[in-house]
Amino acid sequence: MSAIEGLETAHHHADEHAHHHEAQSFWQKYIFCEDHKVIAKQYLITGILWAVVGITMSVIFRIQLGLPDSNLSWLKPILGGWISDAGKLDPNFYLALVTMHGTIMVFFVLTAGLSGTFSNFLIPLQVGARDMASGFMNMLSYWFFFLASVIMFASLFLQQGPAAGGWVIYPPLSALPQAHPGSGMGMTLWLASMAFFIVSQLLGGINYITTVINLRTRGMSFDRLPLTIWSFLITAVLGLISFPVLLSSVLLLIFDRHFGTSFYLSDIYINGEALPNVGGSPILFQHLFWFLGHPEVYIVLLPALGITSEVIATNSRKPIFGYRAMIASMLGIAFLAFIVWAHHMFVTGMNPFLGSVFMFLTLIIAVPSAVKGFNYITTLWKGNIVFTPGMLFSIGLVSLFVSGGLTGIILGNSALDIQLHDTYFVVAHFHLVMGAASAFGLFAGVYHWFPKMFGRMMNTSLGQAHFWLTFIGIYLVFIPMHYVGIAGFPRRYYQFTSYDFTHKFMDMNMFISIAAIFTFLAQFIFLWNFFYSIFKGRKAPQNPWRSNTLEWTAPIIPGHGNWEGEIPAVYRWSYDYSKPGAKEDFIPQNIPYSQTPESNFPHENELIATEKVIESQNFNDQFKTHH
Amino acid sequence: MYIIIALVALVFIVLTGVVISRLQGVLKSINKTDSEEVETSGNKFNGAMFIVILIGGAVSITWSYLHAREFFLPEASSIHGRRTDDLFWFSMGILTIPFIIVNFLVFFFAWKYQHKKGHRATFYPENHKLELVWTIIPAIVMALLVFTGWKAWSDITAEAPRDAEVIEITGKQFNWIARYGGVDNNKLGDYNYKLIDAQNEVGIDLSDENSFDDFTNPSEMHIPVGRPVLLKIRARDVLHSVFIPHMRVKMDAVPGMPTKFWFVPDKTTADMRAETGNPKFDYEIACTEVCGQGHFSMKMRLIVDDEATYKKWVSEQATFLSTYPEYLAKVPENLKAKAMKYVPAEAATPAADSSATSAGGAGASSSLR
Repeated sequence: MSAIEGLETAHHHADEHAHHHEAQSFWQKYIFCEDHKVIAKQYLITGILWAVVGITMSVIFRIQLGLPDSNLSWLKPILGGWISDAGKLDPNFYLALVTMHGTIMVFFVLTAGLSGTFSNFLIPLQVGARDMASGFMNMLSYWFFFLASVIMFASLFLQQGPAAGGWVIYPPLSALPQAHPGSGMGMTLWLASMAFFIVSQLLGGINYITTVINLRTRGMSFDRLPLTIWSFLITAVLGLISFPVLLSSVLLLIFDRHFGTSFYLSDIYINGEALPNVGGSPILFQHLFWFLGHPEVYIVLLPALGITSEVIATNSRKPIFGYRAMIASMLGIAFLAFIVWAHHMFVTGMNPFLGSVFMFLTLIIAVPSAVKGFNYITTLWKGNIVFTPGMLFSIGLVSLFVSGGLTGIILGNSALDIQLHDTYFVVAHFHLVMGAASAFGLFAGVYHWFPKMFGRMMNTSLGQAHFWLTFIGIYLVFIPMHYVGIAGFPRRYYQFTSYDFTHKFMDMNMFISIAAIFTFLAQFIFLWNFFYSIFKGRKAPQNPWRSNTLEWTAPIIPGHGNWEGEIPAVYRWSYDYSKPGAKEDFIPQNIPYSQTPESNFPHENELIATEKVIESQNFNDQFKTHH
Repeated sequence: MYIIIALVALVFIVLTGVVISRLQGVLKSINKTDSEEVETSGNKFNGAMFIVILIGGAVSITWSYLHAREFFLPEASSIHGRRTDDLFWFSMGILTIPFIIVNFLVFFFAWKYQHKKGHRATFYPENHKLELVWTIIPAIVMALLVFTGWKAWSDITAEAPRDAEVIEITGKQFNWIARYGGVDNNKLGDYNYKLIDAQNEVGIDLSDENSFDDFTNPSEMHIPVGRPVLLKIRARDVLHSVFIPHMRVKMDAVPGMPTKFWFVPDKTTADMRAETGNPKFDYEIACTEVCGQGHFSMKMRLIVDDEATYKKWVSEQATFLSTYPEYLAKVPENLKAKAMKYVPAEAATPAADSSATSAGGAGASSSLR
């Protein structure tokens, strides 16, 4: 019930910011809610449920790959006909599992679950706003995502199975129902679901951008924004530019599938029949898809990096090193993200000259990424590090991000990509750098902001156990996977017995699968910790991590409008940790310089004069503007 | 391998045990009042874990790499393949340095600078020189890698030499079909996807006289050693991708958009059998673009012959027209006479023809191409 104007003219609660409205019904409070905090939790819990589905799928196909002789009859109660009478996984369903694992993890978990949760939760709380610019659009954003989720989930139960052409759904395979069972109704639902998902992302993204630009509290200039907010802002801009391109590619594919157009189809003879389509290009789809697909990698990763910046600074008790360089590198990555897409397409037969250009642009991206890595390390240096679970996951993220990112330099080299393209080397690379790293960002965020979300603490020791098992597990899965890739094993193979060159390494694949199962099991520690702590966790103090950002000045369980009374004003950046001369090792953003003369630098003393101006502003409090 | 898995399992179990036992202690202290002090439970343990992981990780990565090496592909059997391999290991070597440095620093700093009571972190928000240094160094290394990679890439993707042996490979669900320019003129005839049927699997256009002596093979491809081979790659239904792991060759097959890749194989199948000590060794062609149910088994044998054997093999192949003489009906009237000599009714003539070709073949014919 926030500031959205005019839509609910019945509720005129203009000037009374401390005023409590008539009690909201259950539906308004928890279901069709416009409060950003509730929407964030909706995103988070939906994301977690999707993660359970998505990771379970990966375990099933890992069993198929690593333990091909195992009898899977015990899965019959869940998978039914997809397990043959001999206890073997159906090859078509294997492809469906791979496809759905990718789709679910990339879009539903790491885009909606990560960015959706934390952009929603943190933007208003950290910039000092009552709520999102448009609570109603925000609510729509979640419910479009929910609709997309329902459709995608329903597709899992189709007789013919869900979409199965890989998460990149390259036509013609995805365009021709006669080519593959997964290209029938499953693909139709996939496309419909993604269309709604994109709508959801756009509604969300517009809101994030507007809120950050327009609703910052008094004194919260852009150079005082926490890096989390910078990362969410940049992510939203990336999404806003790239998702519409995916929508268009999806629409054209729908046209090809149902209305007989030939955008992606040409010269096809299938099932004893030459199709009439000529003049289209399957490569066109790949260009459109990867124009989103590559920025998508950063849409997934940047929020994780933003969260990490905040958590590492807080728990190292040090300012983030190179605040401006961090922003610049994020802007650099975001810009480059749009002009590297064709490095996914070096061996599609596109013009080799184009390949050279994209190789060059791709390798440039390593530079801002390296800056980020080094800045994190320098932030740790001479810190006073507290190993909260959030901090552990952030440190783990830095390690995974760098380890996985380095092999990207190999793959971005078009000459080397010839051999490695579509092998397990690629799988290992992107799972480390964008899959695991972003998941670690998600975990770091959940552990760090859980007290703010639910007013309770998660169990620290369980969190630490979860971290170590996951961290070790991830490396045990993905380091050996590089070896499998160097040995030339192609991805998306149902089994490796057809070829002599893949008729080895059974041990290694088994090892990877068992490590994956271990890692999977370790996640139940998190699930238990998360759901148990929501209800039974220790009550959270006001500022459990002794952090500087604004959300910790709000009540332990912030109500509608986040702050009671005035929104705090902001006088400094959010990284004044361990400032020389200061009494405590942190100075929250809402403490004016005039109150901390002992720790001010000379140029900060000059800023005291501006405090009066900051205090007198109040144009951004949505409760104070008329509806 | 079972031992390793058991070991890893043991490590996991021990870890879980340690953490849970520590948990007991922590749980007891939980009910104490919320102090304003930073909570530092398990700090020592977690700090130490970073060092354990650092050492354990270094040992296991080194060991596993040495162990895995024997399963990697043998040395490339093509000239460009050895070049990209060298480049790959060179790049990997360079990248190992930041891999080690960064992970060492992250883990070491985490342990070294763990929270100590009464200690305060150093306020160190920026250092422009330092940042400039670590912007410029990666940029220079990248420039080096880009340059070497770009050189290799432009050479590999350059136009094929004129004497290249041209072979067409077409992907379909779920096998590859090779087509050769023929026993006589060695020119691939035209094709059209609308002409595809159960026999004419790649849509050979018999109104083009070059196609009369074309022959196809759905199970194996022979190529000559030591000479450029240009693959003309097509797909007839969905995307496929030609992958010859031992040759370091990969190129997508796209319906409606022919692609190509050329390379110089320089080890015959026999050479490789001797080299690997495996008398059953065979080069293989695989598919690396997901194409449906049979994607994982789109296998084609690739046989690299010496020049003479290759010539002989080519001359022995039955042309498409001789296998399916009924397609003579599709040949335009004015070319019928030409096509007739590939039809089995005159089985004697092709034999004479091919012997003539192969007689001149071994030495001279490569210059004719």
